Amino acid sequence: MTGVRVLVGTRKGAFIITSDGDRRDWEVSGPHFPGWEVYHVAGSLLDPERIYAAPSGGWFGQVIQRSDDGGKSWNPVGNEFRYASETGTHQWYDGTPHPWEFARVWHLEPSLHDVDTVYAGVEDAALFRSTDAGATWSELPGLRTHPSGSSWQPGAGGMCLHTVLQDPVDERRIFAAISAAGVFRTDDGGQTWQPKNHGLHSEGIPDTDAEVGHCVHRLAMHPSRQQTLFMQKHWDVMRSDDGGDNWREISGNLPTDFGFPVAVHAHEPDTVYVVPITSDSHHFVMDGKLRVYRSRSGGDEWEALTTGLPQENCYVNVLRDAMAVDSLDSCGLYFGTSGGQVYASADSGDSWAPIVRDLPAVLSVEVQTLT
Amino acid sequence: MIRVVLPAHLRSLAGVSSELSLDVADPPTIGGVLDAVESAHPMLRGTLREHGGGARRPFVRFYACEEDLSHEPADSLLPAEVVSGKEPFLVVGAMAGG
Repeated sequence: MTGVRVLVGTRKGAFIITSDGDRRDWEVSGPHFPGWEVYHVAGSLLDPERIYAAPSGGWFGQVIQRSDDGGKSWNPVGNEFRYASETGTHQWYDGTPHPWEFARVWHLEPSLHDVDTVYAGVEDAALFRSTDAGATWSELPGLRTHPSGSSWQPGAGGMCLHTVLQDPVDERRIFAAISAAGVFRTDDGGQTWQPKNHGLHSEGIPDTDAEVGHCVHRLAMHPSRQQTLFMQKHWDVMRSDDGGDNWREISGNLPTDFGFPVAVHAHEPDTVYVVPITSDSHHFVMDGKLRVYRSRSGGDEWEALTTGLPQENCYVNVLRDAMAVDSLDSCGLYFGTSGGQVYASADSGDSWAPIVRDLPAVLSVEVQTLT
Repeated sequence: MIRVVLPAHLRSLAGVSSELSLDVADPPTIGGVLDAVESAHPMLRGTLREHGGGARRPFVRFYACEEDLSHEPADSLLPAEVVSGKEPFLVVGAMAGG
């Protein structure tokens, strides 16, 4: 069938929402893993029937679930995330050294190059890889043991590795983003990593343009343009055209440049989307209006997309992993809110409608394009 | 056979609908019953205690015969009523959160 499968992680389970290519009528299944906090659900591009989910909770810890039939059935796979070497310490909120401790998986990223390989970004920040479809996990310790590691600090949500971005052509190149350390890049498949934060400016840290310490919220890349990256930072929307070596601000006329997600149109590499929220202390959209902002020029010039979105008395947030695009001919966009709504647009953001309204708070939204 | 009652989340994870009935190595201890649970249902590893037979997870409790065994050493013998199958060994998610 041609259509889409929207994978939604929430505070109390996962949901799978499907539609045909018209994207008008939606079928909701779930909750899967009811009661578990599901930070992320992600499907493989190489085998769309293979989906991973990361349920966790304070009582019973981390579980990883895998489906090989498009989310109809699930089986628990490996959940042992053991750091590969002596962990040492990072900075705690009060500036004291704090031992590295595994808390949860934030992000699962199935490989673009091998169907049985999947990456997991975890808190406390580290990158793990499974080459047996999630049965076992091994850390790529070169990132955590970077000489700057002892200076990394947690953001308000914990010291999380939340973004794993693979180069679709060069499988040795991977970007990882950590709150609050910044962007790191490997060009050798994860053995060694370099900070890639030149050009970032963060007023919340003592050295505003430090090599590490920036609270990067999310990265996005169009698969046809591997050197160009977009970033939503704590404050500031940024762009790099040299694989992260240098960044420049593209916030332009945004009403606020604080936010979490950033996404790129499936067919237009210079069309970018963000969902600004009021500020670091007001994690809700401005003025009670839910507005997605779109730039068709790769940044700087932004337009508000409001049709079909609430424009009064709305005070939700959209988290970093909670926006995604499909790759149908007319690009579809999806995002989920802290209020439990998932909105979809089948026309590149021109108009929106909720495809489900009353889920638990949405933590992540991914979409699979089925052909 | 020793009876073990899991909380609902872990019954779902293990794919069981009722209490477990397990053989536990002699002498029957708290650690032994947890080993038996994890051996019979490997997906529960890491959910009751840390991987590799490690510490009890903070919000997991072990009760039996109206006693809280959560803080007892792993090599503590199980109560005779649990060993005989008269009483179950209860794994409980602690009251926490809201």
